[in-house]
Amino acid sequence: MPIHNRDKFLSNLAANLGRPRKIEGVERPEYSVQPQYEVLQGASQDELIDVLEKHCEVIHTDFVRTSKQELPNVVRQTIDRYEAKSIIVSNDKRNVEYGMDQAYNQYAEELDMHIWDASIGKENQVIAEKADVGISFSDITLAESGTVTLKNDKNNGRSISLMPKSYIAIIPKETIVPRMTQAAKQIHDDHVNGIETPSSVCFVTGPSNSADIEMNLIVGVHGPVNVTYIVVD
Amino acid sequence: MSVKIGDVSYKDRIDKGIENDFMRQAVSSAQGRFRKGRLSQAEELGNWEDWRQLGSEIRTHTLENIDYYLYQLSEQVEKRGGNVFFAQTAEEANEYIENVVKKKQAKKVVKTKSMVTEEIGLNEALEKSGAEVVESDLGEWILQLDEDPPSHIVTPALHKNRQQIRETFADKRGYDKTDSPEELAAFAREQLRHDFLTADVGITGCNFAIAESGAITLVTNEGNAEMVTSLPDTQITVMGMERLVPTWEDMEVLVSLLTRAAVGQKLTSYITAYTGTRLEEEIDGPNDYHLVIVDNGRSKILGTEFQSALHCIRCAACINVCPVYRHVGGHAYNSIYPGPIGAVLTPLLDGYDDHKELPYASSLCAACTEACPVKIPLHEQLIRHREIIVEEEKKSPVSEKIMMKGFAQWASNPAAYKLSTKVARTALKPWTKDEFVENGPGPLKGWTDVRDFPAPGKQSFRAWWNERAKGEKQNANS
Ligand code: SF4
Repeated sequence: MPIHNRDKFLSNLAANLGRPRKIEGVERPEYSVQPQYEVLQGASQDELIDVLEKHCEVIHTDFVRTSKQELPNVVRQTIDRYEAKSIIVSNDKRNVEYGMDQAYNQYAEELDMHIWDASIGKENQVIAEKADVGISFSDITLAESGTVTLKNDKNNGRSISLMPKSYIAIIPKETIVPRMTQAAKQIHDDHVNGIETPSSVCFVTGPSNSADIEMNLIVGVHGPVNVTYIVVD
Repeated sequence: MSVKIGDVSYKDRIDKGIENDFMRQAVSSAQGRFRKGRLSQAEELGNWEDWRQLGSEIRTHTLENIDYYLYQLSEQVEKRGGNVFFAQTAEEANEYIENVVKKKQAKKVVKTKSMVTEEIGLNEALEKSGAEVVESDLGEWILQLDEDPPSHIVTPALHKNRQQIRETFADKRGYDKTDSPEELAAFAREQLRHDFLTADVGITGCNFAIAESGAITLVTNEGNAEMVTSLPDTQITVMGMERLVPTWEDMEVLVSLLTRAAVGQKLTSYITAYTGTRLEEEIDGPNDYHLVIVDNGRSKILGTEFQSALHCIRCAACINVCPVYRHVGGHAYNSIYPGPIGAVLTPLLDGYDDHKELPYASSLCAACTEACPVKIPLHEQLIRHREIIVEEEKKSPVSEKIMMKGFAQWASNPAAYKLSTKVARTALKPWTKDEFVENGPGPLKGWTDVRDFPAPGKQSFRAWWNERAKGEKQNANS
């Protein structure tokens, strides 16, 4: 049985609250204030990109803005800047749409390229662990905090953004929203409309860091040491 | 381990804290840095009070309907392939987790920093049953190597300097490089990578469980929670029963309050929401998932005047403004929950017998209450504790009884609350010389006879705060 001790546990809570147990019929109240929707309200997409760019300085993340045509070159330049030899990328439909499928073929002539492949199982993790760079698309991008939202699935493993030494996020311009409010609303609405929540949603804001040693900021404690965002118009 | 860290008396712990110059300095600079971060974030938002109001409304609604939302959560987790265990006590929780670990014949467990697993003493239980437990948060890993308890909610190893950390790494793991934080961290990364990849079971705490969809949200900067939830095939989440929100939208608001109030960040580097087991053909994430929901004394707080203490989102903002914490450090509280919230929560969870000094570990300046992002009236609850100790438990010496009568009178009068700082100042007057309390009464004496601590000011707290914030801004600009 997958649920243990529930009835006794919950009855005790209800008793302490001095009422019978509630199993249905609870509605979220209209909260008296909703400040979260006021942040960057009415900002244009270009203004949001400016906010994102500015916040990248705070979160130790490199920011590049480019066109669809230039994207393969810009990604390649970033890889070279990291002096990377091995790359792991998501098997994303958008690879074709953004011309990255051809680019990856081309890079493969000189670099060790791996496209996430569900059929080889855990081997993907081993490859990710050794890779110099991981590359994937942002699903929702939060301007205010400089965050990429990664909805992981079988073609886009969590390891890609996490295990390699450097991470590159490709950010389609239209994925940019003011803040986490809009991302949470989208996932909430999806759930209400019967679309399953992904098994993992990661909000990644720059490189992994820690302030645990004398409060010095150290970058790359567990996850990537370098992060670049590439916004594509 | 339990809520209580050890059997050393409060007096000895306080003396030890106060003698440790490095710790004192580290604590006060951390307080300054965190507090400044929080203030600048609050100022930038402009409508911080609205945010706090919203946070407080969400927490109130959730706790008032906690049985409903826990039911919904457990249904959703089951739907997504997970098991849910409701544990009334620490022992029940540990036993269930030990069984999962044993069934897997697991040799190695990797963990993220989690207060509730500290509270129930999970590591000891697992080690007794033969599994190696590795804490993956850098600060927590350092403490684990050194067998030391954490002293701060956000930065657990705050009391250690880099030379001490270097020595620990050298003694325990043969480290031979310098004490530069970068080199130390790189070494930890390398050591822990190996552990992540070879662990059989991953265990995390929970910042917010989302009842609507069954997702568990973890907030970290290091990304260790992502490692722990991505790599091992068996995954266990341990959550205090109150760490729950109705929907994704509520989670978002509380996470924003948490990261701002804790460290002044808009968001931390990693916020992960994972739901049940991995889906078909997915590779990362567990194929065996367990959620353990822990009561361990919390339900006793429901329906009482202390219910709002369960609203706490563990941001440590109250700790970072507390003048008493500044002087004595986290270990002095003899509880895994330090600072003002610890002084409120520890006696509720673990009884007054061992902790009757804690409610006196406050200057009642109300800085904690003003800082709390979900508006828990911390200093009022501390006063209420004192009243109970005096009136019902008859546990305090005569001097406080006299003092408490005064508190009881004004604390029962709502208008008097508004004047709290003024009243506290009056109540402490007999012991106040200039602006410092030199020799506090009774147990308060334990906190003050070694070092002076500031008496509640003549100004209202808000006025004082604004002035101080102005000063800080001027300093920052100059
Ligand atoms: S009591 Fe309030 S300020 Fe203190 S840790 Fe909890 S939420 Fe933060």
